[in-house]
Amino acid sequence: MGTALDVRVKRAGKVYHDGEVLSGVVVITSKDTVQHQGISLTMEGSVNLQLSAKNVGVFEAFCSTAKPIQIINSTIEMVKPGKLPSGKTEIPFEFPLQMKGNKVLYETYHGVFVNIQYTLRCDMRRSLLAKDLTKTCEFIVHSLSQKGKLLPSPVDFTITPETLQNVKERASLPKFLIRGHLNSTNCVITQPLTGELVVESAEAAVKSIELQLVRVETCGCAEGYARDATEIQNIQIADGDVCRGLPIPIHMVFPRLFTCPTLETTNFKVEFEVNIVVLLHDDHLITENFPLKLCRM
Amino acid sequence: SYFLRHARSRNYVSESEVCKLESVPLDFGDYHPLKPITVTESKTKKMNRKGSTSSTSSSSSSSMMDPLSSVLDGTDPLSLFAAAADPVTTAPPTDGARRKRDKDESSAVGSDFEPWSSKRGEILARYTTTEKLSINLYMGSEKGKATTTGSAVSEKVRTRLEELDDLEEGSQKELLNLTQQDYMNRIEELNQSLKDAWSSDQKVKALKIVIQCSKLLSDTTVIQFYPSKFVLITDILDTFGKLVYERILSMCVDNRVSLPDNFSPESVNDTAKETCLNWFFKIASIRELIPRFYVEAAILKCNKFLSKTGISECLPRLTSMIRGIGDPLVAVYARAYLCRVGMEVAPQLKESLNKNFFDFLLTFKQIHGDTVQNQLVVQCVEIPLYLTLYSPAIDWILQCIAYHAPDVLLTEMMERCKKLGNNALLLNSVMSAFRAEFIAARSMDFIGMIKECDESGFPKHLLFRSLGLNLALADPPENDRLQILNEAWKVITKLKNPQDYINCAEVWVEYTCRHFTKREVNTVLADVIKHMTPDRAFEDAYPQLQSIIQKVITYIYDFALLFSVEKFLPFLDMFQKESVRVEVCKCIMESFIKHQQESTKDPVILNALLHICKTMHDSVNALTLEDEKRMLAALINGFIKMVSFGRDFEQQLSFYVEARSMFCNLEPVLVQLIHSVNQLAMETRRVMKGNHSRKTAAFVRACVAFCFITIPSLSSIFTRLNLYLHSGQVALANQCLSQADAFFKAAVSLVPEVPKMISVDGKMRPSDAFLLEFLCNFFSTLLVVPDHPEQGVLFLVRGLLNVIQDYTWEDNSDDKVRIYTNVLHLLSAMTQEAFIYHVDKVDSNDTLYGGDSKFLAEINKLSETVVSQILDHLKTLGKEETLKRQSQLALYFFNTILAHGDLRNNRLNQLSVNLWNLAQKHGFADTKTMVKTLEYIKRRSKQPEMSHFTDLALRLPLQSRT
Repeated sequence: MGTALDVRVKRAGKVYHDGEVLSGVVVITSKDTVQHQGISLTMEGSVNLQLSAKNVGVFEAFCSTAKPIQIINSTIEMVKPGKLPSGKTEIPFEFPLQMKGNKVLYETYHGVFVNIQYTLRCDMRRSLLAKDLTKTCEFIVHSLSQKGKLLPSPVDFTITPETLQNVKERASLPKFLIRGHLNSTNCVITQPLTGELVVESAEAAVKSIELQLVRVETCGCAEGYARDATEIQNIQIADGDVCRGLPIPIHMVFPRLFTCPTLETTNFKVEFEVNIVVLLHDDHLITENFPLKLCRM
Repeated sequence: SYFLRHARSRNYVSESEVCKLESVPLDFGDYHPLKPITVTESKTKKMNRKGSTSSTSSSSSSSMMDPLSSVLDGTDPLSLFAAAADPVTTAPPTDGARRKRDKDESSAVGSDFEPWSSKRGEILARYTTTEKLSINLYMGSEKGKATTTGSAVSEKVRTRLEELDDLEEGSQKELLNLTQQDYMNRIEELNQSLKDAWSSDQKVKALKIVIQCSKLLSDTTVIQFYPSKFVLITDILDTFGKLVYERILSMCVDNRVSLPDNFSPESVNDTAKETCLNWFFKIASIRELIPRFYVEAAILKCNKFLSKTGISECLPRLTSMIRGIGDPLVAVYARAYLCRVGMEVAPQLKESLNKNFFDFLLTFKQIHGDTVQNQLVVQCVEIPLYLTLYSPAIDWILQCIAYHAPDVLLTEMMERCKKLGNNALLLNSVMSAFRAEFIAARSMDFIGMIKECDESGFPKHLLFRSLGLNLALADPPENDRLQILNEAWKVITKLKNPQDYINCAEVWVEYTCRHFTKREVNTVLADVIKHMTPDRAFEDAYPQLQSIIQKVITYIYDFALLFSVEKFLPFLDMFQKESVRVEVCKCIMESFIKHQQESTKDPVILNALLHICKTMHDSVNALTLEDEKRMLAALINGFIKMVSFGRDFEQQLSFYVEARSMFCNLEPVLVQLIHSVNQLAMETRRVMKGNHSRKTAAFVRACVAFCFITIPSLSSIFTRLNLYLHSGQVALANQCLSQADAFFKAAVSLVPEVPKMISVDGKMRPSDAFLLEFLCNFFSTLLVVPDHPEQGVLFLVRGLLNVIQDYTWEDNSDDKVRIYTNVLHLLSAMTQEAFIYHVDKVDSNDTLYGGDSKFLAEINKLSETVVSQILDHLKTLGKEETLKRQSQLALYFFNTILAHGDLRNNRLNQLSVNLWNLAQKHGFADTKTMVKTLEYIKRRSKQPEMSHFTDLALRLPLQSRT
């Protein structure tokens, strides 16, 4: 390994916003002097859409449209062809993160069917004898704070055997009464989802109560669309037969990278939901679903 | 022949006047050389002692500043060092540094707060199990590629994800059928692998280990082991918390300057903050509640890097998070851990502590709920045992709450507990956690509560025990004291199980001793005996019984009073296992020696203590260690020294006789007895002012006889020799001439038995130095011993010389000749008209012979022999390798002649000149010594009748060294 290439952005969190300047250094370390045909830096941002296996057959025609959607792509020449001295060379750079025209800079998001990713790629072109060197570094884009105040939208809920849908034998269900509230279904992505839940009564012992964070990704266009809900994370808030009548806190931190503000575009949608899942000892599973709207403030 | 005929005649009186130091009256007013010198006073003291030349050393020491205090001026070096070493954060987190910092941190709480570390061991010892345990870990490392990860996910994120996924889906590793010890070892291994993973930069693996460990805390199978499991696993969590904190702290080092201890979040750089945030995000995504709670609590301190209010926001959240834990036991321990971390990180945040307790009270009813009861049935655990599992956690929570809490709060807590029907479990924890003063002041209330409390399975005797522990530390109101004792004892005495009983009684004995008279103590002891004797129950309760004795002797150290407690000795009889009995005896004797101020003849004390000492003595056997023997002997000696019958000397002697028969296996005791008896004889002499009556003469002879027959039973030869000599001197002083002769003869005949090597402090050492010292001492005594009329002249001296002659000396030693030279000192002293010292009322040889010429001739003959022996020896030293010794010996002999010989005699004069030359002949003489000696001779020559020294000095050449 003669020559090593590395790209480092300045911010520790690698988080940048629209209109900011991405600064950092390209670090080249080598024992000998490096002959090269130029070093360039490319900023790329794209949305990758994938189809889940079950949908592929139905919407084969759709496949062609599922090619990456480019958000941003620009290159700058950092160093003209020449030589670099041996040892460690640091070349600083500054790259404006600016959208052209009316395009929107989506937030970084890693999902199953939708991926929004931004990278900085450094290329060192070299003569025929040596391989070109490439190094990629992901950086994260957060959208700018949305203007205006977020209106809290609290939700109260009550779960009893009667409120359930999709029940085959309602009679065999044990009696229970679970009450609670979410402080808001409009959530600031940096703030946790909060609320409370009270098991007022339950005939069967409670085994576990969980919060399931679900992403709902929709890919599609005029030809049709695919909508898939997958779990992002599952957070247990109660373990075992909890005390009756005692409020249990609902608290969930939204994971970075895997969540982003609720996003709706012509080609794809990313939405989020939370399920409150109560597992009783006789293996009854009770789920209550709440759609969320995430935003960044 | 030419030596002693010309022994210098001495006038000891005038010589001593010349040589005596000028006596200066000492001002003892405020000065004593051993008195500690304080710097502030040193100036005035110096003034006081001006003009006193009595002791150069003392005056020099006084003018000197005390070096220690001068150093300590200002800040003492230790605290200075501590201050400098405080920001050790730059240092790599070595164990030592970490431990030190731990100490600093806990000191933020104050040393009066009993730290967790002291509870740890107690819990581990108390909550044990013989059942098989299991550890369930999902630590598989081999794992297929994550199927769903999109291609766009960066490499780093993906590996991270995979590693995290391993936790959930990796191969399961289940260890079944572990004994408790195995289990603890496994946990320790995990702790070690956590450290290893961390140090090899496998942070994700470290986190995995911690998560898996904290998961074990949700498992309540083998519930009686749960408290210990909690201790073990939270140790790992603590380790983890520290590792993370230190790692982030080390990232904050900027230009080699580490953060101060109370840094603000603004001074933390972005990288450190980002790392810290990452940890919190990672932990927030842990699926299961219990690991998520524990791991977050473990790194609670790291909130300091992010925001000022972080900790104060986290604590309440974590507190309410525990509400989600269904199992009340698991929940209460989680609360205990949170309180523990909270106290360490932010002791000022009291509210969460209280909230934790109130939450616990809210969920209290769960303990008697179906879920718990079913679990207990499955595990075959009784309710009383189950309830005691809560104690460590509740105790700890309450202790945190009660720390520096106002009485109002404590009262409120008590009220809250009462509302829950005076639950025994809570009451017990309140008593063990709250301040003793607080409890003691309300003792009667507590007794009331204990009586009416809903037992619900929690044993009541534990409640009384806790109350007793408080009362041992703090005093209840004066008026309640007796009633408290009565009420408590009424319950205690009814306890059927001896173990329950003794655990309670042990605690309450202290209270009784502290506040009541011997009557009550006696009653209590009697009750204990009554309970513990049936079925030999005491056999299982030695530690408690021992502690009772210890408490009793701590409070009743007047031994007359102690032994008048009738049940004390019967109580001792319960210690039937020898080792324990001896331990107890030792305690009692130590207390006696420590507290007994005056000597005693109280028959009760004597009888009891003799009995106790006899017990200790009888425990000595072939396997007893030397140290143990020494200790026992020291204790018995301490006792013997404290016994005095005043003027009743005969009684005293018969006590010693009895003691001898009792303690014959401990030599140091026998030695002590011989010394005591000798002292007794001398005391008699003092009382009679040296004139013994027929009766006292018989008595001292009895004393002497005691010594004479006791000494041979000792094994150490030098002890015997010295005791023979010593006792002989005592006999002589008491005019028991024939007895003294017997002692000296015995000593003489013992000398040949002195081995070449003796054991000193367990090491083999040559004995010659000891022998030399003893012989010189012996000869000095022999000067005043009068000759036996039926034996020849100087019978003892001759006898001793013969023994010395025949003794097999070390081949290359000059000891024999040195002794001979010293004998010359004795012989020259014997030729004097009046001896240099006498024993009062004993006529020595000077008086007996009155300078008879035959006597002098005998002495001369002897000295001639001795001198020729010396000269012969000097000749044998003419070989190359012994020249140095020859030179030294020659000079030694020369000095002897100089001091004791009459150098006006020509032959003697010539001999001394020859010796002088011999000493210098081969260049082994120390020039300095030779010069000094010569100067001395010249100085002496100026004295009257010493003019011949001038000539001598001229004849002594000084060899200059080339």
